[in-house]
Amino acid sequence: MLMAFLIAVGVVCAINTALALLMVAAEAFIADYGACTITVNGERKLAVEGGQSLLSTLKAERIFIPSACGGRGSCGLCKCRVTGGAGNPLPTEEPWLSAEEKAQGVRLSCQVRVKGDLAIVIPAELFNVVQYTTRVTAIRDLTHDIRELRLRLLEPAAIRFAAGQFIQFEVPPYDLTDEPVYRAYSVASPPSVRGEIELEIRYVPEGICTTYVHRHLKVGDAVTINGPYGDFRLRDGEREIIFIAGGSGMAPIKSILYDMREKGIRRKATYFFGAKALRDLFLLDEMRAMEKALPAFRFVPALSAPEAADDWSGERGLITEVVGRRVPDASAMEAYLCGSPLMIDACIEVLKRKGLAEDRIFYDKFA
Amino acid sequence: MPESMNLFAVFFSAVFTGNILLTNYLGMCSFLGASREVKTALGLGTAVVFVMAATGALNWLIYCLVLVPLDLVYLRFIVFIVVIAAFVQVVEMIIERTSERLHAALGIFLPLITVNCAIMGASLFMVIRNYGLGEAFAYGTGSGLGWALAILAMAGIRQKMAKARVPRGLEGAGITLIIAGIMALAFVGFNGMLSAGP
Repeated sequence: MLMAFLIAVGVVCAINTALALLMVAAEAFIADYGACTITVNGERKLAVEGGQSLLSTLKAERIFIPSACGGRGSCGLCKCRVTGGAGNPLPTEEPWLSAEEKAQGVRLSCQVRVKGDLAIVIPAELFNVVQYTTRVTAIRDLTHDIRELRLRLLEPAAIRFAAGQFIQFEVPPYDLTDEPVYRAYSVASPPSVRGEIELEIRYVPEGICTTYVHRHLKVGDAVTINGPYGDFRLRDGEREIIFIAGGSGMAPIKSILYDMREKGIRRKATYFFGAKALRDLFLLDEMRAMEKALPAFRFVPALSAPEAADDWSGERGLITEVVGRRVPDASAMEAYLCGSPLMIDACIEVLKRKGLAEDRIFYDKFA
Repeated sequence: MPESMNLFAVFFSAVFTGNILLTNYLGMCSFLGASREVKTALGLGTAVVFVMAATGALNWLIYCLVLVPLDLVYLRFIVFIVVIAAFVQVVEMIIERTSERLHAALGIFLPLITVNCAIMGASLFMVIRNYGLGEAFAYGTGSGLGWALAILAMAGIRQKMAKARVPRGLEGAGITLIIAGIMALAFVGFNGMLSAGP
């Protein structure tokens, strides 16, 4: 009996060890690509160890390319131009690349393995992306499902960003994930506050990051973020502005508005904010105060499905209907949208019908 | 029946009458996930043919030369799965190193099927049915081809259906499962072809 037991254990161990040795040997001899050089933007040369994905290799060199899925090729965000050394896009990348991007050599950096010397081109602004350690100093429930987080930056202690940009929030391994996961959130505080940032995070059932923030994170916890990213920001000029947002899409618009107030930008602006019912509206007092501070600014909250008990005299209907009613002619305006992809696509249609050229519609879609 | 005839029967029944996907419903997750385009389906299908044929023979050898003599057949589940996983990983590394084109066409699909139940199923069926090495290889190849055939057919149908108006509740996996059911019925039609034999 004991003998049989030992033989069984021995055989399983022997087979597993043999296979593990085979894997280690393969890793060492077949998948060893040695020292490689990555030339960034034709000037900076990085000496790296080959074999890993371009995304993680660059991250080890402290160059952070935005990515929301952690390198599984499922978010399509980690695009970067590879001008030499990587061959053609893989089938796993094709759904994310347009014909034009393919012609320019754009690749998903998580799918490109560093197997030799590479030449890449990345936006210079990515060099400004820094990883910050922070501490949660306040958590506030804005609505029943949206939370405001305040993070004090520890190391480095200050951030420089443009209003409307986003950061990536690192979720450490916990119940729902075995590896660190990154999710993008817009900064809701204005750029003038450099030692602290505010995020607005809506709870999504089963969402890895949102569950972590809503169910686990406490004041005093450490949080790692990196950023800033994105080109969603107010364009210069005198055009009248339309802001449209829903839910936690409030965040970048709030940052832009506070920035406008501090810089004394008095452009005519209307902010349409869509919510289902009264309990989904938040920061109403702040927005009313903003109307007083910026005389040409109007805040128009709208409820699409108010509950029977809601005492509401404001706009009703989907945000697209409200924009359709309140904006007769958008041809001379400029629009900034932030929210779910569905909402944004529908709003773009409405704005185009109102005569607004597509190149003056700027948006930040929740991926 | 001469042995070559028997090999053919095993192969043929694995492709059609005993199609591992449509009669045993194994390998469903990648079947549903990767059947949106014929091109992807072809790559994945080829990878499955290759891995099933190779791991079928490899597992047969380990089963008959190690597990049976030592009276350890009850360990086959664990042993088969680690052999498949290690084999697939090493093959992927070799392909990635040696041929960029082969890697783009086939290699990147390999990690997706490492833990595919159809591959595991093929290895288990072949020992349950007491196949010899030749039959195990024929069965592995046939099952892989059958799986590839089914996913290619499904991808062709889904490409056509991309423009169809599917009721909202049935979009995606729902309508795909219904189509898979109809395809399975069609494959049942092959049954009569072999039952006449011994």
